[in-house]
Amino acid sequence: MTAAVREMRASYAFVERNFNLTKRYFGWELAFLVYNVAGALAISLIGKQFGNNRLLLSLMIGAVFWNYLSIIFSFIAETIAWERWEGTLEYTMMAPVRRATQLLGSTLYAVLYGLVHTTVVLAVLVLFFGLDMSRANLATGAVFMVVGSLSFIGIGMMAAILPLMYVERGAQMTFVLQSLLLLVSGVYYSVDILPGWMQVLSHISPATYVLDGVRRGLVDGLPVTSLFGDIWPLLVMAVVLIPLGVWAFGRAERYAKRTGKLKRVG
Amino acid sequence: MTTTLDPELKRLQVPATSSQPTNGRRRPAQAAADRPALLVQHVTKRFVVGRHRKPVQAIRDVSLRLEQGEIYGILGANGSGKSTLIRLVSGLLTLDEGRVEVFGLDLARQELAVKRLINRVSVDAAFFKKLSPAENLAFAARLYGLDPRAAAREAVAILARLGIAERRLGRPVEQMSRGMQQKVAIARALLTSPTLLLLDEPTTGLDPRSKLEVQAFVEEVRATHDTTIVLTTHDLAEADRLCARIGILDGGRLVAEATPAELKERVARERGLPPTLESVFMTYTGRSLDDDEETAEEEGD
Ligand SMILES: Nc1ncnc2c1ncn2[C@@H]1O[C@H](COP(=O)(O)OP(=O)(O)O)[C@@H](O)[C@H]1O
Ligand SMILES: [Mg+2]
Repeated sequence: MTAAVREMRASYAFVERNFNLTKRYFGWELAFLVYNVAGALAISLIGKQFGNNRLLLSLMIGAVFWNYLSIIFSFIAETIAWERWEGTLEYTMMAPVRRATQLLGSTLYAVLYGLVHTTVVLAVLVLFFGLDMSRANLATGAVFMVVGSLSFIGIGMMAAILPLMYVERGAQMTFVLQSLLLLVSGVYYSVDILPGWMQVLSHISPATYVLDGVRRGLVDGLPVTSLFGDIWPLLVMAVVLIPLGVWAFGRAERYAKRTGKLKRVG
Repeated sequence: MTTTLDPELKRLQVPATSSQPTNGRRRPAQAAADRPALLVQHVTKRFVVGRHRKPVQAIRDVSLRLEQGEIYGILGANGSGKSTLIRLVSGLLTLDEGRVEVFGLDLARQELAVKRLINRVSVDAAFFKKLSPAENLAFAARLYGLDPRAAAREAVAILARLGIAERRLGRPVEQMSRGMQQKVAIARALLTSPTLLLLDEPTTGLDPRSKLEVQAFVEEVRATHDTTIVLTTHDLAEADRLCARIGILDGGRLVAEATPAELKERVARERGLPPTLESVFMTYTGRSLDDDEETAEEEGD
């Protein structure tokens, strides 16, 4: 077995394990789905109140796709905190797999889970509002979801470092990062209304480009080929952020092993 | 560098205890006769807790040499550094000083290769509690590059030997007693055919019967798999029963190392104490096991 095949198979270990966990926590998964549908509905109804279909659609897309990006981000960012809570962190860290393999496996599952979850939420909302999606370019939406996940994977890996380095408050710190991304990325409003310095930040948030691209695809029906301006920043960010994330994670792991942050008791 | 060992106790060689067939299991190509299963040389580890406090010297200049097939016991009071030493050998902590080799492979430089040869069972069985033993074991099998179905069959056989029926393997781990969980943890470690198995207090907190079963199983593993085992324990009878040699840690230092019989003989001869491991423990750590349990309760957090 070549090294590459072995690593691929090992990364599937994480996909299968996380799938098994989803099955075991199925009741909780349903509750989470209800929670997300309710949240997205509540926000979209603002558009309905103003009798503005375009606003409704725009808010709905903001809610649903922000949700998707949050799932990717938090799945990856919380892998460490989660294993620490279960008590399996040391076991997993001892296994003869490269860290990139582990992160790849967690990431693959996060994307699959996020796609299924988001499709369901989107379908429920479309049915609820009886929206006519015949003009929407669904392919554009799908492309932006997939390309956008790449940079969120990179950011998620960097956020995963926090629980590795700060045993007690690391997990909460990832929430702060998430809410800052929400603030500057034009999820529910156009970034044009932000103060200048915040607009600068909006340019370095991948979510800005994902939401812009998805809206143009689903609301205006534009094909991906005419949205290159939103695609290339996402590709650049993915190429930079993923290797950076793997590298930073490796550094944090070394720090944790030097200072005894993986686990102390036992 | 000096070691704190008495020169005459230093590196008492115990012949490898078993050379029985290995049931077709893979053995590392590197396991040449002259290479010790585990070599720990002048290892030191400090922890800094809090910003301005003095570092804790968890392990101080410890050296060990284990031959293949040996069970080596580590005794010591709570906080003497047993788990830290195990974690250093597992690669879960980095060395401040010194080096660790497993079958001639350097832990710091050939980390992945070393990881394939070792496995560890800690005092708390580390499982995804909502997943079943079967699912937890399948995860382990894939991580170590084994075929999950073959691994599952083997796990069933190992667990049957430990008195756990196959039908128990589908229910969440959290529904099992701690004794059972610990057995599953040992089965999981064995699944990967480690040539070096690190057992950190595997029987602490088990009921007497489970304890005996686990001990018998450890003996069997040593005899049938040619596995080298490092075992930390608070149970002196267990150490006496299982270990070919015992090292005693006190304040992170290895203060004595010999066969149980030699240690007992030594305290009897030099101090006129009864020839038991209790006397040995008292002599080298300056306290009885009961004292130790009390301090553990006071520290209890
Ligand atoms: N991760 C850690 N961070 C800080 N201090 C630690 C850590 N692990 C162990 N120590 C300290 O090192 C010493 C040895 O601990 P340990 O190896 O757990 O002892 P034992 O397993 O023999 O009870 C103790 O003083 C303990 O507080
Ligand atoms: Mg310990």
